[in-house]
Amino acid sequence: MNPGVESAEPGGQSGAASGIEPVVRASGVRMSYGDVQVLNGVDFAVAPGEVSCLIGPSGSGKSTFLRCMNGLEPVLGGSLRVLGEEVGHTLRDGRYRPWTPKEFAAFRRNIGMVFQRFNLFAHHSALENVACGPVHVLGAPADRARSLAMEHLERVGLAAHAHKRPHQLSGGQQQRVAIARALAMNPELMLFDEPTSALDPELVDEVLEVMKGLAAEGMTMVVVTHEIAFAREVGDWLTFFADGVVVERGRPRELLANPAHERTRAFLSSVRNQKERQEP
Amino acid sequence: MRTEPITGPSGTPVPVARTLHWGRWLSAAVALVIAGWLVYLVVVNPRLDWGKVAEYLFNERILSGVWVTIEISVLATALGLVLGVLVAVMRLAHNPVLSALASGYIWFFRGTPVLVQLIFWYNLAFLFPELVLKIPFTMIGLKWDTNQVMTGFTSAMLGLGLNLAAYFAETVRAGIQAVDHGQTEAAYALGMTPAKRMRVIVLPQALRIIIPPTGNEFISMLKTTSLVYVVAGHDLMTNASQIYKANNRIMELLIVASLWYMLMTAVATFLQGRLERRFGSDAVRLVRGGGLAARILPKAAA
Repeated sequence: MNPGVESAEPGGQSGAASGIEPVVRASGVRMSYGDVQVLNGVDFAVAPGEVSCLIGPSGSGKSTFLRCMNGLEPVLGGSLRVLGEEVGHTLRDGRYRPWTPKEFAAFRRNIGMVFQRFNLFAHHSALENVACGPVHVLGAPADRARSLAMEHLERVGLAAHAHKRPHQLSGGQQQRVAIARALAMNPELMLFDEPTSALDPELVDEVLEVMKGLAAEGMTMVVVTHEIAFAREVGDWLTFFADGVVVERGRPRELLANPAHERTRAFLSSVRNQKERQEP
Repeated sequence: MRTEPITGPSGTPVPVARTLHWGRWLSAAVALVIAGWLVYLVVVNPRLDWGKVAEYLFNERILSGVWVTIEISVLATALGLVLGVLVAVMRLAHNPVLSALASGYIWFFRGTPVLVQLIFWYNLAFLFPELVLKIPFTMIGLKWDTNQVMTGFTSAMLGLGLNLAAYFAETVRAGIQAVDHGQTEAAYALGMTPAKRMRVIVLPQALRIIIPPTGNEFISMLKTTSLVYVVAGHDLMTNASQIYKANNRIMELLIVASLWYMLMTAVATFLQGRLERRFGSDAVRLVRGGGLAARILPKAAA
């Protein structure tokens, strides 16, 4: 379940050699907001069933890269293939044609996304949030979608709160509903954009527990996070981002114990100092 | 204000004295005298015949005018709401031409007096003597005489409705823009198309912001319909004016009309309060199927 991924050599990925199509494969991905270059040639890959964590200082482009993966941000250079498709374009008659909104929508159905600020639909109960995708996107019958939604809520431990509105739930509960909402679409890939950064410290673990369960079931996950312990324990791969590029990439334990680059060392020591200040 | 006695230094309860607000009593008395005097002047005015007010209050033409006023208000508001949502969505569209057209519409209809617009629609026949609806380059189609279509009633409905649409479009735009962008991102991430995101996620939430001012628009519309009297729309004001032009009882009939306008406003205000209690809070929820009404049903005992 751990095909060697060598970001230093784009394309030199043993998963591809063994015939497994990677779920995500980025080479030289570039993206900018106006004149500000956010991604400066990102190389990256995720094989099926892998949990890949992205860490790095804020503004390093890790969240933007994650959002590129389901087309919420446009890729402006290089190549980003997700679930076998070049994100945003289809090759037809010798040219790459930009996707229509419908094609973007169809592509995103297979990718779950969890946001830092939850973004639960405020006018829906927890249950309706989870049933919303199957009903409105997949056209599932309402009663079937609701009973399935209930199962997903049970899985994240929130069946008792099914009829509450988002504002009646704690941050940790909201984030678990958000995970259930994404899972209700049966995604092939889950993207997590700093899922615990907006939570009070005592609520972080309940969300991480749900994510650990998912990883154990073999879900392919890309997780932007500041939770170093989670990355070490659950991640198959750890990627360190800085200034819009991948600085280094490796097995979490090795990378955290022996970072090869000065930039990584500086980041890790500043994160550890923060952690110690919080837990004296 | 405290009324409970305070235990004093001697150990026994001592009552608290009442403050006398002399200034309040005086200003209230002066205001009452002035207001009462003004009302008295009108009520006892020998030139005002209250019997006529009572006589015309339930006059057949007045009652039919009240009905026409309600009809024009409801139809013009409905037209304004539907068109207003369309203009607002166009205004927010990425298409620069659609957005500019919507801005132009809003500018034009807010920039010209509604009285001018009413007279314009009523006199449309000067520009287009006939209204023709046909398939281009064929002879298949329909044709109407403009003067027969543009009665006082239809020109009133069009003029007021198109005018309201311009104002309402800005309300809808504000409502849509007030919905957090994270809701849109979450809808897209689930695989919704932009249109579905607008219909299923954004508009139901924007309703909370849109509905309260809509009640005000309708109440204001009830009274703006009185402008219709310039195009003889047979509304309350038109009929009242036709009666007083015949019998010269101008003040009496203005009082009759005002009483009816005040009653309609009171009823509309009551309905607005109920509407806001229903939709103004977060009591908006989505039910699939069953059209718009089912979509925005209040949550049953949730």
